[in-house]
Amino acid sequence: MNKIKNLAVLTILREKLQSKSRPGDPEQIIQVKVAMATCCIASGSRETMNYIVDELDKRNIEAIVTQTGCMGYCYAEPTIEVSIPGKEPVVYGYVDVKKADEIIEKHIKGGAFVEGIIPVNYQKIDN
Amino acid sequence: MADYKIHLLVCGGTGCKSSNSQVLIEHLRTEIRNQGLEDFAQVTGTACFGFCEKGPIVKIIPGDTFYTQVKPADAKEIVEEHIVKGQKVARLLYKDPKSDKIITDPKGMEFYKKQIRIALRNCGVIDPENIHESLARNGYAALGKVLTTMTPDETIEIIKKSGLRGRGGAGFPAGLKWEITRKSPGNEKDVVCNADEGDPGAFMDRSILEGDPHSVIEAMAINGYCTGASKGLVYIRAEYPLAIERLKTAINQAREYGLLGENIFGTGFSFDITLRYGAGAFVCGEETALIHSMEGNRGEPTMKPPFPSVKGYLGKPTNVNNVETFASIPVIILKGPDWYSSIGTEKSKGTKVFALAGKVNNVGLIEVPMGITLREVIFEIGGGIKNGKKFKGVQIGGPSGGCLTYKHLDTPIDYDSLIAAGAMMGSGGMIIMDEDDCMVDVAKYFLDFTVDESCGKCTPCRVGNKRMHELLVSITKGNGTHEDIDRLINLGNVIRDTSLCMLGQSAPNPVLSIMDNFREEYEAHIRDKKCPSGVCKALMIYEIVEENCVGCTACARACPVGAITGERKEIHRIDPSLCIKCGACMDRCKFNAVIVN
Repeated sequence: MNKIKNLAVLTILREKLQSKSRPGDPEQIIQVKVAMATCCIASGSRETMNYIVDELDKRNIEAIVTQTGCMGYCYAEPTIEVSIPGKEPVVYGYVDVKKADEIIEKHIKGGAFVEGIIPVNYQKIDN
Repeated sequence: MADYKIHLLVCGGTGCKSSNSQVLIEHLRTEIRNQGLEDFAQVTGTACFGFCEKGPIVKIIPGDTFYTQVKPADAKEIVEEHIVKGQKVARLLYKDPKSDKIITDPKGMEFYKKQIRIALRNCGVIDPENIHESLARNGYAALGKVLTTMTPDETIEIIKKSGLRGRGGAGFPAGLKWEITRKSPGNEKDVVCNADEGDPGAFMDRSILEGDPHSVIEAMAINGYCTGASKGLVYIRAEYPLAIERLKTAINQAREYGLLGENIFGTGFSFDITLRYGAGAFVCGEETALIHSMEGNRGEPTMKPPFPSVKGYLGKPTNVNNVETFASIPVIILKGPDWYSSIGTEKSKGTKVFALAGKVNNVGLIEVPMGITLREVIFEIGGGIKNGKKFKGVQIGGPSGGCLTYKHLDTPIDYDSLIAAGAMMGSGGMIIMDEDDCMVDVAKYFLDFTVDESCGKCTPCRVGNKRMHELLVSITKGNGTHEDIDRLINLGNVIRDTSLCMLGQSAPNPVLSIMDNFREEYEAHIRDKKCPSGVCKALMIYEIVEENCVGCTACARACPVGAITGERKEIHRIDPSLCIKCGACMDRCKFNAVIVN
């Protein structure tokens, strides 16, 4: 890996990375984020994540599945965020294997929402 | 397959359900079907929006239109006007309660202003094990800016101007601490990140380290540049294995990119971070005890001064900050101190992360601007009390904090108001209690914790807290006397005034604040020998209601100590002198004949 020797290198790298990960960009592919902090894993998020990775593969859906930290909705673990290109990301709570199956079929394949959406109720800062 | 262009999200949280959101969903679906739009618009129920007072809420996307207090009868108008004609229904739009003006941009709504994620800005957004995702969100940009364009003094000035105060509990101004460490003479200095989060029910620091370790690493390096330290240490409890793993991964990735190590950004500044594991002692969150523990000594506090900023780890000037404090630093550098200090109150700037736990519907990790009220946190963000029970109290600041009640619901959450109310900010644990919780038992629980965690170095804490605990045990067993109340208050005050460190000084806080706010519960235990919430077992009396008892003998057979007597088909009786209050009879009885007093 090349070292970041000065600020200019960091800026160039950041811009390159940002163009790759712009949520809502119609040119992106489907992205699923699974909250995987200690408490999420204890509530079964690892099973959910493994299931989603396997099933998307089996059902030939091209998507990126990544882990992320605590989304803050501890009452509804496991939680996942689904981003369909060109659309606002949607967060789901209580996503066990059964719910994950429903989300893959209805939301990811069909574009319909599934019960159990957690509304985002905080301000983000652009950093 | 349907290709939905419009989604209607209807809140299905507890509050909205009780105001008929289920019927509203049905009506909306019917209206959409009537218009033949079932393949165009979809209605979905959601979890709580955290905006219960204005419920039921309907959010329509795209466009982010927010309708509040929507009744089932409004469904027709919403579908005909909004969905069919694309015109918003003005009378249902959210109005600003102060100016009574319609808020068209949802970002301007109070509802979104209740939480601002600054320290948590990357938690739940980036993959913590992939430095690229951090870099894409401006990771290490603040470090680059500081190293290449600013002097340490200028940087410290920014932190001072931002008004950021230590998030570990005491609230010492962060910039001032940095300045003192910078000015302390010494060839070698250290930066320590205090990740020894020990409050029961608190998980803010763990979540930050697990969700965004790079922000903490970056801030530690910035601190090193400002204070003149080239070494950073993270003191983290070994019981946080995932946080340790992710932190290690992040440190290695930062090293590979040259963001830690020698000659960072080609400026000649070198900085690296190592981890130190704690065994999970609460007292090691106190900075002097933490330093002794890192040195390999017993985790016991020492008198301050000298403060660690002057004489800390191995006698060197050491800057100790908490995880959340560090996580806030990079964004303050990038967005400026004025932006940060525009959030919060006069003396408490910015935001605070709380771990909302206990009897509240939406248990979770929240980040709120300083100055928000307890009512907003508990009843809006928290979605109110579980199972529709009544709110009783909230313990803020963990075992060192205090327990507040109804009359404090409108207290703004900031360092000074909380202390004035008899609690403290602490590190950010917030435990909500309802009518079923016995406050004497809660006081006993927290004191039990501090007695366990007392290091034993000073007498007031070691002996005093133990004696207070004994008094509480005696009260919960029905053996308390009126003099015990005065003894608790006197002893509590002595411990508070004479203990060596904050652990001891703050240990009586829960007992004393509960005495202030729930004295009647102590008195009920002492005078009436009753536990009003039915928690203290020793004070419960199991009885059989004669009218309900059919003499089936089930209870007598279930009783493990033979305290229940009675013939078949005759009324049974419990001998209170034999009863051990296990409740087996009550569980077994099918006729509701066993009651507890």
